[in-house]
Amino acid sequence: MKFAVLRFPGSNCDQDCVHALNAIPGAPADYVWHKDTSLDGFDAVVVPGGFSYGDYLRCGAIARFSPIMKSVKEFAASGGPVIGICNGFQILCESGLLPGALVRNRGLHFVCKHVSLRVENAASRFTNAATTGQILNIPIAHGEGCYFADDETLLRLQTNGQVLLRYCDAQGRTTDDVNPNGSRENIAGIRNEAGNVFGLMPHPERACDPLLGSTDGLAIFQSILQS
Amino acid sequence: MTPITPEIIAKHGITPDEYSRIREILGRDPSFTELGVFSVMWSEHCSYKNSKLELKKFPTTGPRVLVKAGEENAGVIDIGDGWAIAFKMESHNHPSAVEPFQGAATGVGGIIRDIFTMGARPVFSMNSLRFGDIRGESAEARTNRRLFAGVVEGISHYGNCIGIPTIGGEVYFDDSYAGNPLVNVFCLGILRHDQIARGGAVGIGNPVFYVGAETGRDGLAGAAFASRELTEESKEDRPAVQVGDPFREKLLLEACLELLASGCVAGIQDMGAAGLTCSTCETASRGGTGVEIDLNLVPKRETGMTPYEILLSESQERMLVIVNKGEEDKVRAIFEKWDLPYAEVGVVNDDGMMRVREGDSVVVEIPARKLADDAPLYSREAAAKSLPAPLDLSKFPEADCAAALHSLLSHPSIASKRWVWSQYDHMVRLGATVLPGSDAAVFIVREADKILAASTDCNAIYCLQDPREGAKIAVAEAARNIACTGAVPLALTDNLNFGNPHKPENFLQIREAVEGMAEACRKFDTPVTGGNVSLYNESPAGAIDPTPTVGMVGIVEDAKHITTQFFKASGDAIILVGEPGDELGASHYLLAVHGVKAGPPPKLDYDKELAAQDAVRKLIRSGLVKSAHDCAEGGLAVALAESCMSGDTMLGATVKISPDSSRADVPLFNESQSRIIISVAASEAPSVLALLKKTGVPALQIGTVTAEEKLEIATAGKTFSWPLSGLLETWSTAIPSLMRG
Repeated sequence: MKFAVLRFPGSNCDQDCVHALNAIPGAPADYVWHKDTSLDGFDAVVVPGGFSYGDYLRCGAIARFSPIMKSVKEFAASGGPVIGICNGFQILCESGLLPGALVRNRGLHFVCKHVSLRVENAASRFTNAATTGQILNIPIAHGEGCYFADDETLLRLQTNGQVLLRYCDAQGRTTDDVNPNGSRENIAGIRNEAGNVFGLMPHPERACDPLLGSTDGLAIFQSILQS
Repeated sequence: MTPITPEIIAKHGITPDEYSRIREILGRDPSFTELGVFSVMWSEHCSYKNSKLELKKFPTTGPRVLVKAGEENAGVIDIGDGWAIAFKMESHNHPSAVEPFQGAATGVGGIIRDIFTMGARPVFSMNSLRFGDIRGESAEARTNRRLFAGVVEGISHYGNCIGIPTIGGEVYFDDSYAGNPLVNVFCLGILRHDQIARGGAVGIGNPVFYVGAETGRDGLAGAAFASRELTEESKEDRPAVQVGDPFREKLLLEACLELLASGCVAGIQDMGAAGLTCSTCETASRGGTGVEIDLNLVPKRETGMTPYEILLSESQERMLVIVNKGEEDKVRAIFEKWDLPYAEVGVVNDDGMMRVREGDSVVVEIPARKLADDAPLYSREAAAKSLPAPLDLSKFPEADCAAALHSLLSHPSIASKRWVWSQYDHMVRLGATVLPGSDAAVFIVREADKILAASTDCNAIYCLQDPREGAKIAVAEAARNIACTGAVPLALTDNLNFGNPHKPENFLQIREAVEGMAEACRKFDTPVTGGNVSLYNESPAGAIDPTPTVGMVGIVEDAKHITTQFFKASGDAIILVGEPGDELGASHYLLAVHGVKAGPPPKLDYDKELAAQDAVRKLIRSGLVKSAHDCAEGGLAVALAESCMSGDTMLGATVKISPDSSRADVPLFNESQSRIIISVAASEAPSVLALLKKTGVPALQIGTVTAEEKLEIATAGKTFSWPLSGLLETWSTAIPSLMRG
């Protein structure tokens, strides 16, 4: 399964994603420049983290106009798996590929740390290598990761099993204390209704090497490989 | 034409002697624009005119040195297998005092440019920060908190956006920095030996390109601003502070690395301090050539800018690139790919002049080498040396030691800095294998498959009391922190922060610190790869404590050796490598509990220090050491508390020290040097002690790691027992609670 890692001006986790994927057997990865228009030859798309266009207007708001995003939309419409990490999640929300928005952290500061995440639904293309209720240790690093959606959208996400990850404590409790950014209902990652587009604020590529303290991020990438 | 009057000359910080020298060089009076050009190039910030004679005392060579200090924008050190590192530390103190967010942000941007100008990909940053006291409700404390918050946010903004992890550093708080904070930023990049880029304008007839942000009026003559004392009126200098754009710099970084890989570049230089002026005359001087540029071709953000303003602007995110003739189109294509403004602004010629035109009229014509390298050098008058009298301990009665540990742990200089580093993306680039909060940061450079350790250090109280000893200890402590991770020190960069050098007591501090640091660098075999001098760090209340900060880099040979400071398992033996010590002079105990900076700092014995570091590193490499932590501010008690509670799991400790003193504060809080606390499996303790004995390093088992969440220390006939939950509360909430609201 060949992964396309998009590069926008200001992407800065693109190299990390390529590095992490290339270390996983069967997941070769290569860069795709944002001015390109073709995803031919790729089986999955990663929209990596960073500060596309400096995030100056609103996170992800300019990147969605890049030529490659038209191809990503077509790729997603045809059922191809797309994962957006951090700024990539923001871009997918801005592009309308995922519902809701990511706004400034409740604490107003950028936050970089390891967090616990509870897998809410393992019956998905992005979490099937884990089990429902499993706790994953994956780091976050963002200033605008507070997930917001209206009540109606939240209800729909919940009903359809679209919430895949929630911030939790070491015992798996999704309390407000462990919500690092004020996300509604501790939401850390969601998929679209069709099930092939996934956005999450935590960085699975930073949790694929025991020297970095956790390998729980592998579960996300291996799920994509298995589906 | 603005006439050149003595007032205008003085306003540019140029002395009458310097003015005659300028007249001699030109053979005529300078124009107003030329005067401005001289004033920035001959400022302390660019010319090191007051410090260069001292800096020559540093060792700068060694078998690993590929590019020496002062040759280029940053030194380059061999790390084996064809790989090298470029690293440097630089200050942005004055801008941060006036506008903390942008001041710190552009400091980060500037040091990153210095690194990629060398052809290296920047892989991590660190910083060393100093602020006035942030405790209390005084107007000054509130200002200090605002500066602290602003600087941290500025570093976070720039570093996070550009995607270079900020993996460590240090933050101290002391009254002497009120009104004059120190913001020293460090960056390290990785490159192959054959990728080293040079900043020389070589190849007569080669075109000169300008690339990056348009030139505006921001940061006008910032280098000259940084070479003055801060006064009440300094906030009116706010136009001298630049505005940073990390997104633009990210594009510039990627474009420059792509450009250098293309082989089209003959020379490259960033526009930092003194902007277009400095980059033009320095490249010409290095290349032994001349450079001619036309200001009408320079991309500008504003209209109506005078040549003076364009040349002295310190707008950020700009580079000067000398391109091999015939490759212009390839270069243009790369700049266009990265959406960067650029222009061909000039040409390299053979007459040795920095010639600046505005269309047809020549506005500056100065011999480049004289301007760049022939600034006057001064050896200022130094005061007579006087050292503090030995500490009379009877003046400082033993405090309630149980409470004193809390006072130390809640002192903002010692308290947990998680509030700071959690705002920095320290994990991007997949390298931070030891997260901030241990002795030194340890980072895996994925490109090269090398593991580096890095630490910034300076105890300014030691330097205030005895600059020579303090500077020696800064080097020793950095090396010790690096040894504690299992690494061997390679080289260091320094950032020398002092007050006005015209004051003899300040110049004495500079000379003493440089000589002490130079001596220590020779002993630890760590050449100086470059750095920065920041003088005139004074507020209306006086000079800062002398702060010669060290940024040292080491290499870990095997991932198995990576060691952290936290205890790992109950039952492990705690061994003190080194002697219990008894020096309380210049200690944080005296500062935090008795409110004074008093007495001489601890003495550094090179042989003992080297032996202790070497022994611990050998033990780590033989796989016997579970944790290693150096004893620094707050002594043994603080070091033990940190080993208990700063890791993922809390572990207690039961410790017994038999001091010579009848006082408990001496064994608990003294800051004698050359001490490292290690923990080893109980079964290995006898052989570890035997090995240490064989190498002649004093060591003794002082206790055991326990599962019980308390730190218990028996000494001087007393037993202290601190529940870890209380210590953790004190240590971890001190800064967040001060910064709330």
